[in-house]
Amino acid sequence: MSKSVVIKGGTIVNRDSEIKSDVRIENGVIVEVAKNLKADVQLDASGCIVTSGFVDLHAHLREPGREEAETIETGSRAGALGGYTALVAMPNTDPPQDSIAVIDFVREQGKRAGLVDVVPSGCITLGRQGETLAPMAELAHAGVTLFTDDGVGVQNASLMRRALEYAKGLGVTLAQHCEVAELTEGAVMNECQCCTDLGLPGWPAIAEELMVFRDIELVRMTGASMHFLHLSTERSVELVRAAKRDGLPITAEVTPHHLSLTQELLGTYDPVFKVNPPLRSAQDIRALKAGLLDGTIDAIATDHAPHPRRDKEMSLDIAPPGMLGLETALGVVLGNSELEIKDVVALLSWNPARIARIDAEHGRPVAIGEPANICIFDPDLAWSVDLERLASKSINSPYVGRTLRGKIRHTLFKGTPTVIDGQAQK
Amino acid sequence: MKHLRSIDELGVDGLVALLQLTDHMAEINQRPVPKVPALRGRTVASLFFEDSTRTRLSFETAAKRLSADTMTFNVSTSSVNKGESLRDTVATITDMGVDAFVVRHKSVGIPWQISQWTKSSIINAGDGAHQHPTQALVDCYTIREATHESRFDGMQITIVGDIKHSRVARSNIQAFSMLGAKVTVVAPPTLLPPDLSHWPVQINHHLDEVIPTSDVLYMLRLQSERMSQGHVPTLREYSEQYGLTQKRVARLKDSAIVMHPGPMNRGVEMQIDPSDVKNSLIHRQVANGVSVRMAVLFELLGSGSSLGGQA
Repeated sequence: MSKSVVIKGGTIVNRDSEIKSDVRIENGVIVEVAKNLKADVQLDASGCIVTSGFVDLHAHLREPGREEAETIETGSRAGALGGYTALVAMPNTDPPQDSIAVIDFVREQGKRAGLVDVVPSGCITLGRQGETLAPMAELAHAGVTLFTDDGVGVQNASLMRRALEYAKGLGVTLAQHCEVAELTEGAVMNECQCCTDLGLPGWPAIAEELMVFRDIELVRMTGASMHFLHLSTERSVELVRAAKRDGLPITAEVTPHHLSLTQELLGTYDPVFKVNPPLRSAQDIRALKAGLLDGTIDAIATDHAPHPRRDKEMSLDIAPPGMLGLETALGVVLGNSELEIKDVVALLSWNPARIARIDAEHGRPVAIGEPANICIFDPDLAWSVDLERLASKSINSPYVGRTLRGKIRHTLFKGTPTVIDGQAQK
Repeated sequence: MKHLRSIDELGVDGLVALLQLTDHMAEINQRPVPKVPALRGRTVASLFFEDSTRTRLSFETAAKRLSADTMTFNVSTSSVNKGESLRDTVATITDMGVDAFVVRHKSVGIPWQISQWTKSSIINAGDGAHQHPTQALVDCYTIREATHESRFDGMQITIVGDIKHSRVARSNIQAFSMLGAKVTVVAPPTLLPPDLSHWPVQINHHLDEVIPTSDVLYMLRLQSERMSQGHVPTLREYSEQYGLTQKRVARLKDSAIVMHPGPMNRGVEMQIDPSDVKNSLIHRQVANGVSVRMAVLFELLGSGSSLGGQA
């Protein structure tokens, strides 16, 4: 039996309301929303927003296989500190998440850590090799709702068609990493003037857009539902906007870093800025933000990609792409968009919970009878990202040393505080 | 000046000063005993992660003529994960007491990364397709020597070949422009960077159009793997369009000079023996390599010491 907890003095933000009230939680459920509540544990929320815990559609937790970079436990802790109560675990583990055994292992490790719901995604193709379909029905019966080969796109159009047809029958969603591999061989950064100066092989926008276009048309043909991972270019946003106008069952996400950092940072020669898809232009950022404002983009997802220090001390061409995201997402989003708080919560919680089909437990209103997966954040608090304080096992955050505005104060997972006053509780 | 990693970093004043200093070094190299004690007690480490003959030898010769100690760290190009222990390698050599690293690496940006890990000076001897500043200094010095002009105002310099993958082109375009030259790049669009509209260059895809107006014709090496990558259909087609032939040499201005950074691909970009080209400066480029690198080493390491005296 967990202790009762009261969140005091915050502003509750739900879809259709914004009220100042205390919240009392017992046994993992919200039991009272009223003024002047008392309980065993009291969490001060004055000046803070009280809302549903965040849901990340895109976290690389690295376990099994690359525990040197991150474990499910350390990634879960980083998530809790970032206000998350659920993380969709990307399947590019070793072995990859293409079998019940690995899916179960990931889920069990998540439960053992007990800091967030770890929601394993499944591979579209066996071993993410892009050759034959993974046992999607088996995995779907084990509860997997989102399938992706993330890290690579499914290159073969015929196989992707079959995957969508098969997924439609199962009622699951495919999530695509859009990258036509032939166009990005050896690519390090966006193809742009800066890449011309640096003499680095370019990752042209069209490599993403061609696959976005192909998959939109395959969705139109098959009727299956599709989620686009980490869109990064202006034209991708336009393609998705038009597809949504046509009523296609498509959703899309962007990352905090693609909203805040540009290609010119590669001129520092620091591999921390190498990410896939690459950082793009200021013009692309404007288009992505417009996509957030008009609903073309449904979710902000971190693409949290830990790498050990020695991997990021290699040269730009050899260093693996990816950067941390879970602990900094809120601050980066609040500081780099003109979104209302309600829109931010929609993009970080309500919408991704629906896309991951975990909206019975996550992305719920803060109201009586609802599960207590809650985050409490101060939208105005400025804080500096300190390398020493990152909970992630890796330190490849591009925001180290920068000041962000907006910080998680408390996080509750199933009624239990996982973070109090910015400190992880276990 | 602490490092020499790019022409940008050097700036126009730094460039001109180094070219002037090179005159002194060239004079030393004319002496019966071409050696001075200027850098006695200093240590220069060559860190070559990519094959090189002339650049490495000319740096080592330059260091020795200034009486610096040298050490060489050669890494086989076949070893995998080349970048992996780079930081450890640099730390180890730094611990031995090194004043400057001369670095060549196939990866862009390595000289900048290394300068985060050591207090020693870094000289970029070529990083990927990015920069090769001492080659640009050599080429500027060579043109200066041949034309007796310290500024290149109004000079038409044509660079021909694989601009896209060339660090020599990137450094030279910057350096030639800084000295006032008008630079034209000539290549098929597949061998040009995707967007170079911000570079101070004219673009032409037809070598024959620019031959009669060029004061300097700078030929770049074409690597044969560009065919398999689909940049050019065949070497034969490339050399027909962009190779230096007897016919093209005949259409050059009498005063025009021909350059190549080496190593040459005979039968590809050079369809003619360079010794048959009247104003070929290719051998001067090699000869000047030592003087220029002496100037660079002295500039970076020789503060307070004089160039006078015998070793």
